[in-house]
Amino acid sequence: MSQAEATASAPEASTQAGAPIPVTVLTGYLGSGKTTLLNRILTGNHGKRYAVIVNEFGEIGIDNDLIVESDEEIYEMNNGCICCTVRGDLIRVVEGLMRRPGRFDAIIVETTGLADPVPVAQTFFMDDDVRTKTTLDAVVALVDAKHLPLRLKDSREAEDQIAFADVVLLNKTDLVSPEEADKVEATIRAINPYATVYRTERAEIPLDKVLDRGAFDLKRALENDPHFLDHDHPDHVCGPDCDHDHHHHDHGHHHHDHDHHDHHDHHHHHDHASPIHDVTVTSVSLRSGEVDPGKFFPWVQKITQEQGPNILRLKGIIAFKNDPERYVVQGVHMIIEGDHQRAWKDGEKRESRLVFIGRELDHDALKAGFENCK
Amino acid sequence: MPTIAPLDLTGHCVLARFVSGIPFFALADGAIHRLDNGHKVSEAHDGLLCATRSTDGKSLLTGGEDGRVCRVAVDGNVEELASNPRKWMTAIASGPQGSVAYASGRSAWVREASGKVQEFQHPRSVEGVAFAPKGMRLAVARYNGVTLHWAATTSKPVEFEWKGAHTGVMFSPDGRFLVTAMQENALHGWRLDDNKHMRMTGYPSKVKDWSWSVKGKWLATSGAPAAVIWPFSGKDGPMGKAPLELGFRGDVMVSAVACHPLEDIAAIGYSDGMILVVRFTDQKEVLLRRPGKGAVTSMDWDDTGRRLVFGSQSGDCGVVDISA
Repeated sequence: MSQAEATASAPEASTQAGAPIPVTVLTGYLGSGKTTLLNRILTGNHGKRYAVIVNEFGEIGIDNDLIVESDEEIYEMNNGCICCTVRGDLIRVVEGLMRRPGRFDAIIVETTGLADPVPVAQTFFMDDDVRTKTTLDAVVALVDAKHLPLRLKDSREAEDQIAFADVVLLNKTDLVSPEEADKVEATIRAINPYATVYRTERAEIPLDKVLDRGAFDLKRALENDPHFLDHDHPDHVCGPDCDHDHHHHDHGHHHHDHDHHDHHDHHHHHDHASPIHDVTVTSVSLRSGEVDPGKFFPWVQKITQEQGPNILRLKGIIAFKNDPERYVVQGVHMIIEGDHQRAWKDGEKRESRLVFIGRELDHDALKAGFENCK
Repeated sequence: MPTIAPLDLTGHCVLARFVSGIPFFALADGAIHRLDNGHKVSEAHDGLLCATRSTDGKSLLTGGEDGRVCRVAVDGNVEELASNPRKWMTAIASGPQGSVAYASGRSAWVREASGKVQEFQHPRSVEGVAFAPKGMRLAVARYNGVTLHWAATTSKPVEFEWKGAHTGVMFSPDGRFLVTAMQENALHGWRLDDNKHMRMTGYPSKVKDWSWSVKGKWLATSGAPAAVIWPFSGKDGPMGKAPLELGFRGDVMVSAVACHPLEDIAAIGYSDGMILVVRFTDQKEVLLRRPGKGAVTSMDWDDTGRRLVFGSQSGDCGVVDISA
């Protein structure tokens, strides 16, 4: 086979006018309350208009021109990157929606119960058209308090959805005892210590807790939650403004909060006394001092190339030597993005933190590798 | 000097075409504008997703968010050809003898002029449809290749496989080649005689517009900072040959292309709204339009090659007359 090659170079495409439209991804098994939450969003008195992309109109009993039915269509990118998958149908629907901007303020993507959340998220990084016009706001996972333990036994997707989420709604807590709810919440935190967890009944939640979060926007994530990645720190004391990991206190029962655990760099998976046999996702939290960008970037590139399929999420704040600004990184499988966030403040400890959520993560190797970046 | 008759509309222009010599503009909001002794408008859809000109050149065919497929006649009359409520009609093609193909989700349909409709279901989404230049053969672009149906018969479809997502499809005017646009910033092709593959790669972004030159000798494409123009006159098509790169502008991408109906020249539209016309033989360039409000999305020459109709992403459309 002969091959014709165009030799065009790759300049930046000209930028689009208008701010990117935020996209919220809703995941969760059948019966977890996604439809209830969607109906709340669509009927809520918030003055915002949402375009909603669903797999089936199903039980959404609302007549709205901006509800679009779409077959989940996962395309592997033919670019040699084994975990680069995108949702082809989303690319098409988002392109159609964005040709008529002004009809809506944000987009919500509802995935089927069994869906892997990764292709949805990667679409917003991999496809240039989607990327210029929209921004992934947050991945919200709904979890059925009663049925999660069963789901974790029979499917990897249930675990992936939690591992991948920025916000987890532990729903239907009225159907379980407080002790059961605690146990399920401990499981969620074992899978993903960095998600914000809310306990809900009938998916009742102030919508600003799930929408317009900016969780994937590195700068916003840190503005919203100044203690981003701090929750595993022994010195961290949460203030009243911090909405991270505290909802369970409202329920008035004692909960062992691993976030104040005494270890540095520990496997969260091992922190919980409750036996969680069906969890295969772990997280690795690393700390270091100032690092050398000349060592850090090749290392993190190598890690994501080699272990990308096992890395669901990666987040970090990095203190580079001789750099007056904090650098934030975020990754999904093999895709990694980084940006300067703001100047280090006077008296602020210049330390680097890096968190991996995934499977078969080698804690000691990652720790050694990160420390070698000094 | 070329003169421009601007038509300032609101919204994204999906398709700009001459229909029986009259400039038509299909907008994403579903309105079909035309310049026929003044500016006139018909409403075809609540949200238009795809449009093409009919094979006879006498009407526009459109598909919408409202699940309808319509024919818009030269007088602006809108005729509904099909309706599948709440299904987004995302692809459309015109076939022989008044037939129309359209697609939504994993189905493609062929509607004959008699009103008879045949459905073709696929395991994956139908991304694009195209009729062969002769006969009732329908190509369907899909994940990992193209399915070629013999419409109006029950014979088994022919499958063309190539890994990756194929988002659009067309035949060369002589019917010798089948070409697809891919999610991966590339074109792929098959020579239908022997199913030999053609890879056309190197684009920095997706190819969204393409146009065959006179007698199908060249294929002009968008998706790079120059119009990339592949030679198709030889037996092997573009295989082993370098394309022409016309109208190179380092900082701006080509967003639309339209080959002239009589000569080897092409109109090249850019993401900043500029339009150049470039001759293939000596790469001589003439400016037709200065940068505008948004990317040029669609262009078409009239049969005489004297007028060029153009539409943009921001609605600043118009007609350029190069004979004046």
